[in-house]
Amino acid sequence: MDNLNDIEVRLWEYIDGLSNESEKSLVERLIAENAEWRSKYHELLEVHQSLNFVELEEPSLRFTKNVMEEIARYQIAPATKTYINSKIIWGIGIFFITMIVGFLVYGFAQIDWTTAGETKNPLGIDLTKVDYSQMFNNNLMNGIMMVNVILGLFLFDRYLSNKNKKLKEA
Amino acid sequence: MHTGPEDIDIIARVLNGDHNAYSALVERYQNYVFTISLRYVKAREDAEEVSQDVFVKAYRSLADFKGQSKFSTWLYTITTTTCITFLRKKKLEIHSLDNDKVFEVADSVDSGMRANQIEQKSKVNMVNEAIKMLSADDAQVITLFYKGEQTLEEIAQILGKEPNAVKVQLHRARGRLKEKMQKYFSEEVKDIY
Repeated sequence: MDNLNDIEVRLWEYIDGLSNESEKSLVERLIAENAEWRSKYHELLEVHQSLNFVELEEPSLRFTKNVMEEIARYQIAPATKTYINSKIIWGIGIFFITMIVGFLVYGFAQIDWTTAGETKNPLGIDLTKVDYSQMFNNNLMNGIMMVNVILGLFLFDRYLSNKNKKLKEA
Repeated sequence: MHTGPEDIDIIARVLNGDHNAYSALVERYQNYVFTISLRYVKAREDAEEVSQDVFVKAYRSLADFKGQSKFSTWLYTITTTTCITFLRKKKLEIHSLDNDKVFEVADSVDSGMRANQIEQKSKVNMVNEAIKMLSADDAQVITLFYKGEQTLEEIAQILGKEPNAVKVQLHRARGRLKEKMQKYFSEEVKDIY
């Protein structure tokens, strides 16, 4: 026994022309041979045909004139792409990633791995033997911070110059 | 379907400084935008205000239209978001089928219709009245599919949903419309068919 909901779904797809060829011929056969399918098909087809008769609502006769008067007060805004430079987005992304990586490395360097006790290291690396002082020292930290500050200043400069450019265009 | 210059040609003219050319787009799509707005905001005055706002927004953002979709799809997306923003601002109630009040509304429409001798209503009016009883989402998906010349994929783009979800929504909306027509316009349905 076919589920009524399933019949409706398949019939709507058939009526909307969304069925593939094999499904289409199967539905056509079911409509021809099965009374339940045929009755449901005619019911749905009536709804479908009624909907094609629906008329659109019309606004007032002055509508177009009102819109044209309204838009006369405005200018077309420049396309988004022209004032949002993808390089700026990338720069901001790199800035934050660098910050996060920097803090993570610093954070890991501060952990005293010897207090981890007897727990087994899932990475299979003895972290207690890693000499962080060799790869992460004050000079490296200062270097990262310096790069971040330069990147931040660079982005701030770009932001201000773009804002200035937009104001000039307006 | 429309005649005359293609939307993309009119847009190019507007972007090149011929602002008056925009009136052709307004005239071409005003009924569509107004009907969709009316599905949401119900009052004609509000729908007209929203529709005007839609065309102004579309004009101001015209440089952002890249022609990757149909202009109508892009315009209906603006219409949908503008209607939702308008409703949020006005804090109007969106009738939902899950809401018992919709049945009160339907009953009141039904009573009014009966008082006005509904046998005089045409088939078109009957379907329009039944659509008004649906939730805004159902009414919109039906309008976009049948009158807005939009495919399921385009409607999905407008509503920010998956095409399959739109297909299911359309099926359910038509099912609910059928129920409304049978419940409130059973005699007219018999007369017509």
